[in-house]
Amino acid sequence: MADPIVRIRDLVKRYDDGFEALKGVDLDIREGEILALLGPNGAGKTTLISAICGIAQPTGGTITVGGHDTVRDYRRARALIGLVPQEVTLEPFEQVARTVAFSRGLFGKPRDPALVERVLRSLSLGDKMRTKVVELSGGMKRRVLIAKALAHEPRVLFLDEPTAGVDVELRRGMWDVVAELKRQGVTIILTTHYIEEAEAIADRIAVINGGRILLVEETAALMARMGQKQMTIALADPMPALPERLAAYDLSLSQDGRSLTYTFDTRAERTGLTRLLSDLLATGARVADVTTRQSSLEEIFVGLTRQEEEAPA
Amino acid sequence: MNLAAIRAIYVFEMSRFFRTILQSLISPVLSTSLYFVVFGAAIGSRIDQVEGIPYGAFIVPGLIMLTVLTQATSNASFGIYFPKFIGTINEILSAPMSFLEITIGYVGAAATKALFIGLVILATSFFFVDLTILHPVWMAAFLVLTCVSFALLGFIIGIWAKNFEQLQLVPLLVITPLVFLGGSFYSITMLPPAWQTISYFNPVVYLVSGFRWSFFGQSDVAMGLSLAMILLFLALCLGVIWWIFRTGWRLRK
Repeated sequence: MADPIVRIRDLVKRYDDGFEALKGVDLDIREGEILALLGPNGAGKTTLISAICGIAQPTGGTITVGGHDTVRDYRRARALIGLVPQEVTLEPFEQVARTVAFSRGLFGKPRDPALVERVLRSLSLGDKMRTKVVELSGGMKRRVLIAKALAHEPRVLFLDEPTAGVDVELRRGMWDVVAELKRQGVTIILTTHYIEEAEAIADRIAVINGGRILLVEETAALMARMGQKQMTIALADPMPALPERLAAYDLSLSQDGRSLTYTFDTRAERTGLTRLLSDLLATGARVADVTTRQSSLEEIFVGLTRQEEEAPA
Repeated sequence: MNLAAIRAIYVFEMSRFFRTILQSLISPVLSTSLYFVVFGAAIGSRIDQVEGIPYGAFIVPGLIMLTVLTQATSNASFGIYFPKFIGTINEILSAPMSFLEITIGYVGAAATKALFIGLVILATSFFFVDLTILHPVWMAAFLVLTCVSFALLGFIIGIWAKNFEQLQLVPLLVITPLVFLGGSFYSITMLPPAWQTISYFNPVVYLVSGFRWSFFGQSDVAMGLSLAMILLFLALCLGVIWWIFRTGWRLRK
């Protein structure tokens, strides 16, 4: 396999008050992929990104970007990185095109008004180039942040919760932007706690909690490996209580007695579906409908972090 | 050297200056003109001469220093505090720039603004008093050095400050008294001996004195000593900034 574009080894970040935000993180990010960094608030997502981008100084460990060490060879490493911060941080009284050009300059690139315009157009901000930042809507400001991060043509783009507090329509728009950047060959790392988001756009998912990476896996494989399915059986006649005969199954009866939910593992050799259905029919119940549902990443994630908490430290 | 980055910061900061030109330029010019009217014309007419120089002309170097010091400090402190306050500092910290480049960008812009204001005040003063500058090159050198070193001080204050109150505190409680007691409006030799000794611990005394020398060829302290003191102050500020960036104090998490 080709060398990873970002390689993180044993990264530790301890704050002055002794709090360890990162407890030895190892992570390889492949060139051209979309990696979702998933974790609850305070898991260490932003700290990890800050350490890679040079905003936080790591206490220990190494990070290389494009083969360049982010401490020793910070100029070349950082030149490859674009960062879209979580908070909307923009000079309020400056014009949009000028703040974007400013970012390009900071990264040592010569002035290129045509490129700045192209980037802004691609983010549907073409008609706001001369507008002051303070006059933009919240969604536009977020896109200006992306434009700033893209102004120096980075090869690796970090998006720190790009869709936090953003409405559904705008979120989908943001996903389109990310997909287009991937087509252009940009490696994208996004942090999120919207699991739906990771599931929808990420090639791989890394789960982080308590300053540790719990797992890194292909999105599809993760879903398949850890997937649980639920079968919901709608009953034609309400069932007052679970019959004796069905007590052995992992079943729950809805409050109105009109549906039964059965949770099973798709990986198991025996799912017990056939036996359950025949036992159910033997009780004289009439089945109106059967639906099955794959458990979402959310449930997988909750399960994983719970395991972590229960495991001895 | 990331020259494009220095340029980007410098141009961005200067554009803030021109965006708020009224506040940036008119107010210091107006307040200095008022000093001329009050101290130069009203009170000054009762004071004949100080060390052989008409009082109105005598206060010109001090007045310029007064404004330049406060402007350099407040411009530089605000220049770096504001990005910290709104969070855009992270972009600077994640850019491929060294501490020296960041400092040159911000301090260079703040010093330019102060220098600009200083020159405008100098031009204004020609309307009020007869003035000849004996050593124009030294005058320019003192002015530039003062702008740069106090912009460095302001830069440090801006990084240190955790809120707007602290940002105002140092200029208000330290710089203004030092400037007023630094011989802007009088000669140190006019003070009782004890106060003269105390004054020599005030760095502004050396600045004003050296600057006044470049105008009139005479001063309270030797011109070489003045120059040495400014350079020492400059080196001290640079050292502190080097330490700040090395440790990330109040900048990096």
